[in-house]
Amino acid sequence: MTELTEAPEATAARGTPAQRRRRPDRLPYLLLLPGLTIIGVLLLWPLGQVVAMSFFRLDNVRQLRGDREWPWVGLDNYAQVLADPFFRTVLRNTVLFATANVVLTMILGTLVGLLLNRLGKRMAAVVASCVLLAWATPTLTGTIVWKWIFDDTSGLVTWLFNVLPDGLSQAIFGRSDWTGYGWFNSPLLFFAILTLVVVWQSFPFVAVCVLAGLKSVPSELHDAARVDGAGPWKVFWKITFPLLRPVFGILVVLSTIWDFKVFTQQFVLAGGTQDRPTFMLAIYSYAEAFSPPPKYGIGAAIAVTLTLILLLVTGLYVRMVLNQEEYV
Amino acid sequence: MKRLVRNGAALLVALFAAFPVYWMVVTSLKPSSEIFASTPRPVPAEPTLEHYRELLTGNLIPGVSFADFLLNSLLVTGVTVVLSGLVALLAATAVARFHFTLRTSFLIMLLVVQMVPLEALVIPLFLMIQRLGLYNTLPSLILTYLAFSLPFAIWMLRGFVAAVPKELEEAAALDGASRAQTFRRILFPLVAPGLVATSIFSFITAWNELIFALTFINDQSRYTLPVAMTFFFGRDDTAWGSVMAASTLFTLPVLLFFLLVQRRMVTGLVAGAVKG
Repeated sequence: MTELTEAPEATAARGTPAQRRRRPDRLPYLLLLPGLTIIGVLLLWPLGQVVAMSFFRLDNVRQLRGDREWPWVGLDNYAQVLADPFFRTVLRNTVLFATANVVLTMILGTLVGLLLNRLGKRMAAVVASCVLLAWATPTLTGTIVWKWIFDDTSGLVTWLFNVLPDGLSQAIFGRSDWTGYGWFNSPLLFFAILTLVVVWQSFPFVAVCVLAGLKSVPSELHDAARVDGAGPWKVFWKITFPLLRPVFGILVVLSTIWDFKVFTQQFVLAGGTQDRPTFMLAIYSYAEAFSPPPKYGIGAAIAVTLTLILLLVTGLYVRMVLNQEEYV
Repeated sequence: MKRLVRNGAALLVALFAAFPVYWMVVTSLKPSSEIFASTPRPVPAEPTLEHYRELLTGNLIPGVSFADFLLNSLLVTGVTVVLSGLVALLAATAVARFHFTLRTSFLIMLLVVQMVPLEALVIPLFLMIQRLGLYNTLPSLILTYLAFSLPFAIWMLRGFVAAVPKELEEAAALDGASRAQTFRRILFPLVAPGLVATSIFSFITAWNELIFALTFINDQSRYTLPVAMTFFFGRDDTAWGSVMAASTLFTLPVLLFFLLVQRRMVTGLVAGAVKG
């Protein structure tokens, strides 16, 4: 419709480039319109909507369809969530898990990046392809495979522990028969396995970025430092790290954002939303909203809390990117 | 000696990274007797396709087979990819080729919006889908994935459009080509490789998504593959052969596309574009 009314103008604009530049151009806005509408309606509007929903008592799907009233409760949902001792458990789980995963992912990813940079050509290609394989595997299937590896009857890990000499196994762990051992039953073990899965999926990205960063640094600097007798530890902290500081900054922020909102891996490993002791913010919000009885308002309040935490981190990220991309 | 340590470490990393994928494929090719044997074999003694056959011919629930879920996934993903590519190309052209007042604000908005935890949008989007009467339909997912893939697609395509020398278009304009012609004849062919790369990212977004598909679809026959896989597999029953066969089939296209993008990202984009 808009395009029809624009048509005569478009013909008029067919002059020389100089003529075209004379009056403000509406074409860029037209080109932007579909994208902006979709992002506005389906991302920005819901973002406001989730805040609005957190101020209402919503516990029936009919309220969502508009068949019933929305009782305004102000900040009650937040008060209720914050007063619940369980929320503190969830928050602690989330923060500890995210911190541990960011640290481990960064360490492993950086080490692998450094290693790839020092390997022979053929070896580097082999390792890089394997690392890419882990990166490319969909979160869902990657997690399902780890679940199979930790299966309590025929899983590889169960077998490995069964293979341990019985006396040794008995002395260390207090049991020698591991068949039927529920690897996911204790929250601590569950988080350990979840960490393994998440780090496995996220270290490749860090490794590839660090490697790319290393390739862009002139190797003379490293060589000079090495000639002067600096060990690898010193070379890394005195030369590599300062040079790659912007890369590391962005990687830490991105990893933090990703690890704070882990959902799929946890959902699959736990087999749904029943395992409350291992809840973190994302799955807690989802379970409150959608597990019967539904509490959309409470779920929204938790989602807003999660978003606020991430918004802080995002602010840092945007500042970093803007500092780097001078042509924005 | 140092080299030996380094190569040893490299092999360990390679093993850690690739083993789960290897184990998925190998398990899918083992007969059930081997999968549940007390001592697992690193390679199948009698490789078989029985799990794949079972998966592709049998029904997971009465009247609904793996192929139906595959079809749902393909439909949702396909439409998302096409629409997202089209819309992103228009927006990317606007941002890369024109200077207008809100340009920088738009770019910053794109960056920020990519950082919004999509998990936090399940509840408000569920509300919107209910209001629009789209609950339990595949279009609800198409709309959602379109919105999720757009910010990154625009951001990425903008780089590809900017990489096409502006002089080419100016020359075409001087030769009397209209804007539409310039776009179709000059810009589009040169940006096509970038469009492919961007589409692959949209594909991966839509293909892998679980939470929204889980929430917006109620009717089992309309499940997408990820939902079907979490729902029918890996619960209490442990038909690991079929689960791994399904996982392999699900992973394969993503792996292929991913490797394709990787190469494209590495090789000089502009060089190829100007030659093409």
